[in-house]
Amino acid sequence: MATREYSFYPGCSSQKGASSSNYLVSVETMCEELDIKLNTIPDWNCCSASIGYAGGGELPRLTLSARNIALSEEHNPDQEIVATCAACWLSTKEAAERLNDDPDMMAEANIALAEAGLKLTNKTPIRHMAEVLVEDIGFDAIAAKVTKPLEGLKIAGYVGCQTNRPFGIAGESFENPVYLDKMVDALGADSVPDYEKKVQCCGGALAFSEPEKSQELIKGILESAYDHGADMIVTPCPVCQMNVEVYQGQINDTHGTKFDMPVLYYSQLMSVAFGRSAKDAALNGQIIKSKQLEEIAGK
Amino acid sequence: MNDLNTNMIEKYRNSFLNEVEANVEEGEWVKMCMQCGVCSGSCPLGNAWEHPPQELFMMIRAGKREEVLSSDSMWMCTSCYNCIVRCPREVPITHIMHGLAHYARRLGMEPKEQPTAKFAQLFWDNLMKKGRVNELKLGIDLYFKVGEGMKTALKNKDIGIAMWKAKRMNPMEFFGGHAVKDLNGFQKAIKKAEELEAARLDKHKA
Amino acid sequence: MSDEIKYSGYLCTGCGIGDRLDASQIEMIATREGKMSACKSHEMLCSKEGVEMIRNGIDNDGVTHVMIAACSRRAKVEAFNFNDVAMTRANLREGVIWVRPDDDEQQETTQEMADDYIRMACAELRSSKQPAPSGEQTLNKNILVVGGGVTGMTAAIEAAKAGYTVHIVEKSGALGGWASKWYKRIPFKAAAAGTSNSRTADLPQPIETGVDEMIAAVEADGNITVHLNSIVSKTSGAPGRFSADISTESGSTTTENFGSIVQASGFTLFDPSELSAYNYANSADIITNAEMEELAKAADGGPIKRPSDGKEVQSVAFVQNVAQSSDKKGELPYHSGIGDLIAIKQAIYCNDLNPGCSTTIMFDNLRTPGAAGEDFYRAGQQAMITFTKGIVSEVVAGDSPTVKFKDLILDDDAEMACDLVVLDVGMVPNSGPDPYAGIEDLETGKAGGESEVVGDAIEEAAKAAPEVSVDSILNLGYRQGTDLPQLKWGFTDSHFICFPYETRRTGIYAAGPVRRPMDIKQAQDDATGAALKAIQALEHAGSNNAVHPRVGDLSFPTFRKEGCTQCKRCSVECPFGAIDEDDKGFPMYNESRCRRCGTCMGACPVRVISFENYSVETVGQQIKNVEIPAEFDENPRILVLACENDAYPALDQAAISGEEVSPWARVIPVRCLGSVSISWVTDAMSNGYDGVIMMGCQRGEDYQCHFVRGSAMAAERMAKVGDTLEQLGLESERVVVHEVAITDIVRAPALIKEMEETIDKIGPSPFKF
Repeated sequence: MATREYSFYPGCSSQKGASSSNYLVSVETMCEELDIKLNTIPDWNCCSASIGYAGGGELPRLTLSARNIALSEEHNPDQEIVATCAACWLSTKEAAERLNDDPDMMAEANIALAEAGLKLTNKTPIRHMAEVLVEDIGFDAIAAKVTKPLEGLKIAGYVGCQTNRPFGIAGESFENPVYLDKMVDALGADSVPDYEKKVQCCGGALAFSEPEKSQELIKGILESAYDHGADMIVTPCPVCQMNVEVYQGQINDTHGTKFDMPVLYYSQLMSVAFGRSAKDAALNGQIIKSKQLEEIAGK
Repeated sequence: MNDLNTNMIEKYRNSFLNEVEANVEEGEWVKMCMQCGVCSGSCPLGNAWEHPPQELFMMIRAGKREEVLSSDSMWMCTSCYNCIVRCPREVPITHIMHGLAHYARRLGMEPKEQPTAKFAQLFWDNLMKKGRVNELKLGIDLYFKVGEGMKTALKNKDIGIAMWKAKRMNPMEFFGGHAVKDLNGFQKAIKKAEELEAARLDKHKA
Repeated sequence: MSDEIKYSGYLCTGCGIGDRLDASQIEMIATREGKMSACKSHEMLCSKEGVEMIRNGIDNDGVTHVMIAACSRRAKVEAFNFNDVAMTRANLREGVIWVRPDDDEQQETTQEMADDYIRMACAELRSSKQPAPSGEQTLNKNILVVGGGVTGMTAAIEAAKAGYTVHIVEKSGALGGWASKWYKRIPFKAAAAGTSNSRTADLPQPIETGVDEMIAAVEADGNITVHLNSIVSKTSGAPGRFSADISTESGSTTTENFGSIVQASGFTLFDPSELSAYNYANSADIITNAEMEELAKAADGGPIKRPSDGKEVQSVAFVQNVAQSSDKKGELPYHSGIGDLIAIKQAIYCNDLNPGCSTTIMFDNLRTPGAAGEDFYRAGQQAMITFTKGIVSEVVAGDSPTVKFKDLILDDDAEMACDLVVLDVGMVPNSGPDPYAGIEDLETGKAGGESEVVGDAIEEAAKAAPEVSVDSILNLGYRQGTDLPQLKWGFTDSHFICFPYETRRTGIYAAGPVRRPMDIKQAQDDATGAALKAIQALEHAGSNNAVHPRVGDLSFPTFRKEGCTQCKRCSVECPFGAIDEDDKGFPMYNESRCRRCGTCMGACPVRVISFENYSVETVGQQIKNVEIPAEFDENPRILVLACENDAYPALDQAAISGEEVSPWARVIPVRCLGSVSISWVTDAMSNGYDGVIMMGCQRGEDYQCHFVRGSAMAAERMAKVGDTLEQLGLESERVVVHEVAITDIVRAPALIKEMEETIDKIGPSPFKF
């Protein structure tokens, strides 16, 4: 099978020393195994996620994404853009759509981009890594790569918001997407298909500005996973991962709970199941370690 | 009251709905709301909104300009997009909330000390400096400018240390950190976009 | 043609009848007990050969009376269609083998059932005559349309297109009615399939009324005669031979003959003058929705100007649901349904004709029925109309009328000053005086439901009424009043659950807003339907047979004059006002007004009214010819008198669905419970039946009775049976009346089972021999 190539938009949080650097490490491992080549968009910039709106107006925010798409079109022509971060994917895809729908806005975005010597054609599909896995690779091919099945692990698939809405993965429902469960099953673990909180919001960026309200939501997400007997939670979104993992201590302090639930990326599960080391799977990036995964990786 | 606000009041003396249509991102959709309230019932922070989205829409139609723009409510949006996918009229509610928040901020009418308003502004300012977000600086800004200063910082200290241990936070970011190479081009492009947008609002002002 | 009578039976052994039953025994009973000259069998009687066998008997062997023992009389009606003889049917399939288990233990009672049904069908046949038309009826292809609005014009145009001549009688000086005052009409088509939810979607908009074109079409049509400034001052006759006096304002009268009549007398707008909260009478700028149409029409494409000072309107509030769905005296207890569509339409006018006009619709419950409904609402939203959910407490008159309201979404008391306030007032039907007015709860059969009281009240009303009522629309010279009976709130009774346009006066069809509130599109559809019904009625009258629901029935009631006591029960109780009285008080039947329900027959205390093939005798003989086992047999007999419209089909369907029916039941279909003679019940009891069940349709306000009051009448009459039973020393539980719907497939057999249990409890009838 020929190597698949994509134009890759890693996003700020995946950078070295940033909050989801472990995501990037494991994605790179996973892609090696699946024969996927990621060509990073040179000199990409922040998409402003969905919290840049206070300072950034509509056009400036669209221009941020327009610059990334234009750079991709220039340097990685004919390659679909793939993002691993839910917010990066959503912002970029949304910007591409809106600029396509509104010729005036498109013209203005190009006037702005001209200041940086760039031009946007805006014909490039914008995809999430989960789409690549589900649609281009497929569950069967993923299962075929498994050398260390994650047997005995019960994993709650937490899809979250922005990988799921408003675009989501084709053919999935907004209320109950199942691709993450299928992925878990393909890796030999047990999914939790009736995990009630799989598309519940974690508070997103408001985890910083409205910590109490957000932690209330996070508590629900954890509680439901515990109630279903899950050993860990898996997610495709860096904000989800961070919010659900790092506030467990504070939630325990506030509510007297005893949460100690590892929260991982699908790419980490795959790296381990594909036979790679704990380091390649970036398990050292966990604040709440998953001993079970480390054991399998160490076998 | 800032100049833009004075001008907008003058121009849209009669219809706040027209003002929203012309100046707020996706504001043209406000009229299409049929008041079913599915958005309000779908919002994860629904009970934190003084005026849930459908009520904000009704207030816009009722001309309650001051109450809407100075409201805390749209700053409660977590951008989960649940309202958008469930709205039977396909009203892009999330975007309108962002648009209203931005418009309020632009007019200087956002509630003071609104943590999300401040954080969202910090985020924008942060990314504008280097083209990419510097999480460390954002975090420090957040806890000293938005939160309750040292108290919050101490509370989150454990998280910071854990993140650092997991190599997911780098104190060295404080000195420089990641940046786009063509920072000049980046900043010029965004500045131009801001100018174009301001010109569009100016046109409405006339 | 010989007058000799020859009875002949035909037995079908198909569909399992031959396998389950003893055919030779049946043939023997038919000939020996049933007095058939012969009883021939065929393995598939409804086949071409089987039908030919019967035909051959009629044509070549002089058979005049045919007894068919096969399936239900509701099955194979096309095959077994012999109009030139008297015919009865014994229901061995749905009535016997399909409702009884196929096992040896049950065989004896199953055969007994079949034997009885043969006896019954033969007895019925022996007391039947072949129905023959009276020749009283004539074909008249002229239709009277009362009312020249959209409904009347549409009915006229449709009937004329079908080749009938029409006279339109219009009270005012012009055709067009309300709609000629409208600027535009509510759209009636939804957005194209696949239209998106987008803000710019192509959505339905107000459309031209088309009334001018319609008037031109009427005027150009050689088949249509228009009488303006005219009323119908007298109507007499019956379908096929109506005679109407058309009187002009100036006093001249012409008389025309008609085959049938469409009443399209339309509506009057509710007058809000008396509603103090709205100050309609105190400000020229507080107007009704109809007046808003006139303003928009007067604007002629320019800006709408307000009435008080001609100022171009810059703000309008539409106050919805004014005095509708109200329980207050002097207000409408119902909602006109289309008021919100009208408001959206008019708000769009404001948006189109007065650019920048601020337009608010204040609604409590927004209703947008019809195909365009929701799309039209969205069109209103596109047009920047503000929809405010709120309750208006007051409209204050002044330079700018001010609407005070409670905003229900924002939970705010608010007020809004406007250039113009438009009140959504409802439609009031233009009905004539209700013949049954003053008879409270007519349909419930409760207070005042006694037939004598009904009669007295009608007579009282007739005495009190002036010679020609100014309010009357039709001025019918009928025994039962001048106009169409009403159902509720003044709307003409037209059973719109099952039979739209049907009124309780045969050959007269109500259409448009006199029937219920409706818009132009609905009125047009309604008018077309009514025109078709009018055509059907006059054609059936012309061919001497009945209209709906016994379409094609050639029988009709006659009475034995020498036995008649002139008690008037028949003429009073006929649900269709079909029976008048001559000057001596004898009934005068108007055959083509008659629906053949037999209510008169059930009413007659001296049993002088009968149809050729349906009479006290035809049913009475069936009852008497059932073999009643002796008391010690523990084989009870239950007589079921089942309405042929709902209960009998329900029992047939029960058979088809494999439900069991008690082997003790003997079911006789009746045309309507209203036709049931008390003598049948008393005869049955004295003959040794253990129980009698009457199954009729739902009665009361939401009646399902095809003949309106039959079920209610039966209930009233049977209420009196108790005394008779007591005199006979019988328990009142032995006679029950049930309301049975056509869907009661499980319940109908269960009701029979219930009677079986009752008999178990109270023991067999003491009248067994």
